[in-house]
Amino acid sequence: MTKRDLPAISIVELRDLLRRGEISPAETLQALEERINAVDDKIGAYLEHDLAAATAEAEKADVTLPLGGIPIAIKDLINVEAQQCTCGSKILRGYRAPYSATVIEKLRAHGAIPFGRMNMDEFAMGSSTENSSAQITRNPWDLSRVPGGSSGGSAAAVAADIAFGALGSDTGGSIRQPAALSGIVGFKPSYGRVSRFGLVAFASSLDQIGPLTKTVHDSALLMNAIAGHDSLDSTSLNAPVPDYTKNLGRDLKGIRIGVPEEYMIEGVDPVVKNAVMAAVKQLSSLGAEVVEISLPHTDYAISVYYILATAEASANLARFDGVRYGHRAEKVSSLFDHYARTRAEGFGAEVKRRIILGTYVLSSGYYDAYYLRAQKVRELIRQDFADAFEKVEALVSPTAPSPAFKLGEKTNDPLQMYLTDIFTNAANLAGICGISVPCGFAEPESGKKLPIGLQLLGKSLDESRIFQIAHAYEQSTDWHKARPVIEPIAA
Amino acid sequence: MASQLDVAYVAQLARLNLTAEETKLFQKQLGDVLKYAEKLKEVNVEGVEAAAHAVPIFNVFREDNARDWFTAAEALSNAPRKANNLFIVTKVVE
Repeated sequence: MTKRDLPAISIVELRDLLRRGEISPAETLQALEERINAVDDKIGAYLEHDLAAATAEAEKADVTLPLGGIPIAIKDLINVEAQQCTCGSKILRGYRAPYSATVIEKLRAHGAIPFGRMNMDEFAMGSSTENSSAQITRNPWDLSRVPGGSSGGSAAAVAADIAFGALGSDTGGSIRQPAALSGIVGFKPSYGRVSRFGLVAFASSLDQIGPLTKTVHDSALLMNAIAGHDSLDSTSLNAPVPDYTKNLGRDLKGIRIGVPEEYMIEGVDPVVKNAVMAAVKQLSSLGAEVVEISLPHTDYAISVYYILATAEASANLARFDGVRYGHRAEKVSSLFDHYARTRAEGFGAEVKRRIILGTYVLSSGYYDAYYLRAQKVRELIRQDFADAFEKVEALVSPTAPSPAFKLGEKTNDPLQMYLTDIFTNAANLAGICGISVPCGFAEPESGKKLPIGLQLLGKSLDESRIFQIAHAYEQSTDWHKARPVIEPIAA
Repeated sequence: MASQLDVAYVAQLARLNLTAEETKLFQKQLGDVLKYAEKLKEVNVEGVEAAAHAVPIFNVFREDNARDWFTAAEALSNAPRKANNLFIVTKVVE
């Protein structure tokens, strides 16, 4: 293997090379840097990366640790001390994190090197990464298309082989959907499985940090590092962390997989539907028992999600007041003017839209009709999943209703953009875990292949089983082995 | 329900200036979103407990131990305006 090919390998393969001393952590970073310099001007995944600081860490790296010397790209809303943390927003331009998130401490304790700040939709609000105030990120499979979002920078970097693995965050699908659209593996842990301490909050009852990787095995390895109880996050679950790689390679005999009838609806691209049905067949041929299942309240998930997530966001984003950090308006005439102009100047359109919606559904006179009712329907959605997991170990569906869409295609119609989360939102509402793995390609007229993602959902804290099923599927197909050819951007 | 959204008024509540153009655009776009969300009215929620969280855990305590945390300088490191180890705020009381 040449140094040029190095960034294309998986974390497991890199770990073995590092352990055998065939390459050093500093050389790994150098190879990665060269690849970033060669292709990221086309992709736009990185907001910032500091080779010198990472190399200093690499020189002290202990390659005997589980992730020793392995660089991991970080979505720009997870704090890494001394690095920028802008959440893709103008309001935090120039912000330097004064402390590190728990997941970063944990990654470092496992030997990994946080390397790079990845582009994202502003405050994780979006499904295409087009809401970043900094730059556009392009899909490595077709540069005229979006990589998905909101963790689009993390997903595109892994897909384009300019990151070995990345951390993202998933509030309504923001890890799984970009993973699907970019042709990689994205994992959303059960709510409370991974500490949110040091993650800039969007919707606190829905947010989870998780890995984006080239393979299921890599995903399990990263989860081994970041999962676990944290007394600094009161919603963190105090449950033992298993070795998530332990069940990899086990067959699927005795595992029941549910196909929710409500997820095979009209509006799903036939190419996606066919790929998912083929994957279901494949799972069955691997020994799983396929069962029809019903999640009767599915149709309400998007409405519930956009009421609760915006309500929580409107409260969480109240902290951006131009006093302790972030942008501050100049020459203000009053305190009201200070707040209202600071926020008007600092926030982008989607964030403003969601603050308005969230404030409205919480406001006097509308709270019961919207917020409280949405919380009750959330409970019914949670019950749907609880009932389903009495009958099956996992649920299978498309991750997104279509492959990657064109840049600009949905930016003027927020509702259409929101509907791209139709299969992912409910897992966050129910607090369960889920993964997206590559399950095929669409080949539109452009001749460029567009990845399709298969979503597997499991009950809370059953991540080991989801990894087992996803790994068995992945290893029986070649989808994850395909790499995009990054072409010059068409004029 | 949707028609009752007054974006200009809510923007005041949210301490967020909007241009006339933004106000008009959001009125239309959020009107569409709220119209879509009206389907929640179909659901029978009688007797259903509201779920604030997916995983109901209550009263989480930890030991009240002192630990190292920010110095004043660190806490102020990102402040847009500061002086004498303090944040400068806009005048609150006339």
